[in-house]
Amino acid sequence: MRAKIIRKEDIAGLLESLMGEYEMFAPVKSDGLVLFERISSASEVFLDYQNSLMPPKQLTFPQAETLFSYSSAKGEVKIEVPHREEKPQLIFGIRPCDASSFVVLDRVFDGEQYKDPYYLQRREKTITVSMGCVKPRITCFCTSVGGGPFSTEGSDLLLIDIGDRYVAQIVSDKGAQLLEKRGFRDATEGELALAAAVIEAAVASMGPGVETDGLKDKLDSRFDDSIWQRLSEKCLGCGVCTFLCPTCHCFDIVDEAVDSKGERIRIWDSCQFPLFTLQASGLNPRPTVKERFRQRMMHKFSYFVDNYSRVGCVGCGRCITECPVNLDLRQVLNSVSRLEGVK
Amino acid sequence: MPELTDKIREVARSLLRQQKVDLIIGFERGTMPLRSAPCFVRREEDVDRLIWDSFCENNLAKYLVKRAERVAIVGKGCDVRAVVELIKENQISREQVFIIGVPCQGMVDRRRVEAKLDGREILEVRETGGELALKGDGFSEIVNRDEFLYPCCKSCTHRNPVISDVLVADAAAELDCDSHVDVAEFEARSAGERGEYLSREFSKCVRCYACRNACPLCYCQECFVDSSWPQWVGKTTNASDVVVFHIMRAFHLAGRCVDCGACERACPMGVDIRRLNRKLVKDVKARFDYEAGLSLEQAAPLSTFRPDDPEEFMLNP
Repeated sequence: MRAKIIRKEDIAGLLESLMGEYEMFAPVKSDGLVLFERISSASEVFLDYQNSLMPPKQLTFPQAETLFSYSSAKGEVKIEVPHREEKPQLIFGIRPCDASSFVVLDRVFDGEQYKDPYYLQRREKTITVSMGCVKPRITCFCTSVGGGPFSTEGSDLLLIDIGDRYVAQIVSDKGAQLLEKRGFRDATEGELALAAAVIEAAVASMGPGVETDGLKDKLDSRFDDSIWQRLSEKCLGCGVCTFLCPTCHCFDIVDEAVDSKGERIRIWDSCQFPLFTLQASGLNPRPTVKERFRQRMMHKFSYFVDNYSRVGCVGCGRCITECPVNLDLRQVLNSVSRLEGVK
Repeated sequence: MPELTDKIREVARSLLRQQKVDLIIGFERGTMPLRSAPCFVRREEDVDRLIWDSFCENNLAKYLVKRAERVAIVGKGCDVRAVVELIKENQISREQVFIIGVPCQGMVDRRRVEAKLDGREILEVRETGGELALKGDGFSEIVNRDEFLYPCCKSCTHRNPVISDVLVADAAAELDCDSHVDVAEFEARSAGERGEYLSREFSKCVRCYACRNACPLCYCQECFVDSSWPQWVGKTTNASDVVVFHIMRAFHLAGRCVDCGACERACPMGVDIRRLNRKLVKDVKARFDYEAGLSLEQAAPLSTFRPDDPEEFMLNP
């Protein structure tokens, strides 16, 4: 691998030097929560964390985004598009699962037939410096879904912590450019070997996760099985899993207006909400929590594969840790796979 | 709490054997340390999934609404008060529910335990007596359980189920505390301070509705949030829409909220949701001398007219 060495004490300096050129986002500890926020100083960065609570999808796909505003007077309608920040955005310290989530979202928002200008406008100017996971959590299962604690997918630079310094793996030209002319030396063979050992240990530490062998076919053939009723029985039907998921991307568009002035706003929606498939006739093809819960599993592990040739999940585990009733996607998928466990 | 676990299983087994109920709703071990999760048992061979410990934090009354079958529910003090309100609101009949009452010693706030460990991942927890033995990679620590109870448990004055068909333990000692002292303290702050605190808290809200969905008394088929004609409140994360959603939900719960804390625990962002609900709990107590969920006989104050209802807001605005 092409890699430079960045000593830990030099990170702050690097970030400060980039702050003029980039809008910088990094993990910040705020009220006990770790969130990705815009930082104006390297001292705000909090790296002693496992993963952020909210996923960084907000940075290319905000929860609420005004698409345009309008006003009408005397039969004339004026439309205004909000000012877009021109500076590129650097997301520092995201985890490999979250970095690859952007690649998953790209399938949807930057597809062959449909290109979402709002998403692309932010995505094109995004550069990611990821922090590999030396100690994955017990709820992480990136390795089950084609990822890994040091996967480079979606990253421009990947930092591998080998103690007092990082081996900074250069993944893309954008990443190479970040480190250019800043005097960082190449990693030695010895340092690369240390990095390889860290990576091996991290991968080995991961739990069994989800059995993905033949999972899609099993899900497809077991769609009508009565097991779904039992599996979804404790689900509250809230939106925590979808909102905290780095790859969930469903949205609604609302118009908010007073008299002749208004805004059209795109907001996150959730397939778990009862209105999601409610038709104007009053019919709802997903009338209960069972259908809606099953839908999320089917979408991520079957339909997404049909549409985009990959699973729509990066194994970050936020849906597991934050679900109010500890509904564990690993347990659900493994139960369907084996068709046992919950009767 | 092995004795409680054993007793709950014994009761559950007997109920199923005698075919007294079709379903038992209780708790089972979660898939992570510090988690227990709602569990639905219909067959005798599944009874041993049922457990009781300091992580049985969900309000299971949520799962009773409009059930057709006869159901037993493992309920702590707050859960059973929610059941009482649901019965009064005709969401389930008293005859349908077999209440397995559990005198509660409070539930442990897992997020505060995690914060105490300062990011070190807990891999194992063992509860013995009043202590939690926490183990992780290269560390082990013992914490006092009572120090890490949820705020609502710390000020709970109804640990014992107010009604039950069977109690699985002797009555727990009720705390002797003024459960509204925090509300009074907040009321004493200036409007500006209160506004600032609430704005800051609700700026964390992401409109996931976990609070609403975890609440046993939020069971409307169509929530006011989903009404688009008329649209009562916007759906974005606009600051005033967020606050209005929470204020309206709190008012819809006035006189009905049993302050179980399910909303606060479900919230992934740690929003201080109960701040609003507790104000209304205090006001309802002061104005109508009523606390939700204490008695099947007491009529709900906001759906019952009494000639002596307070009227000063109309007569002396």
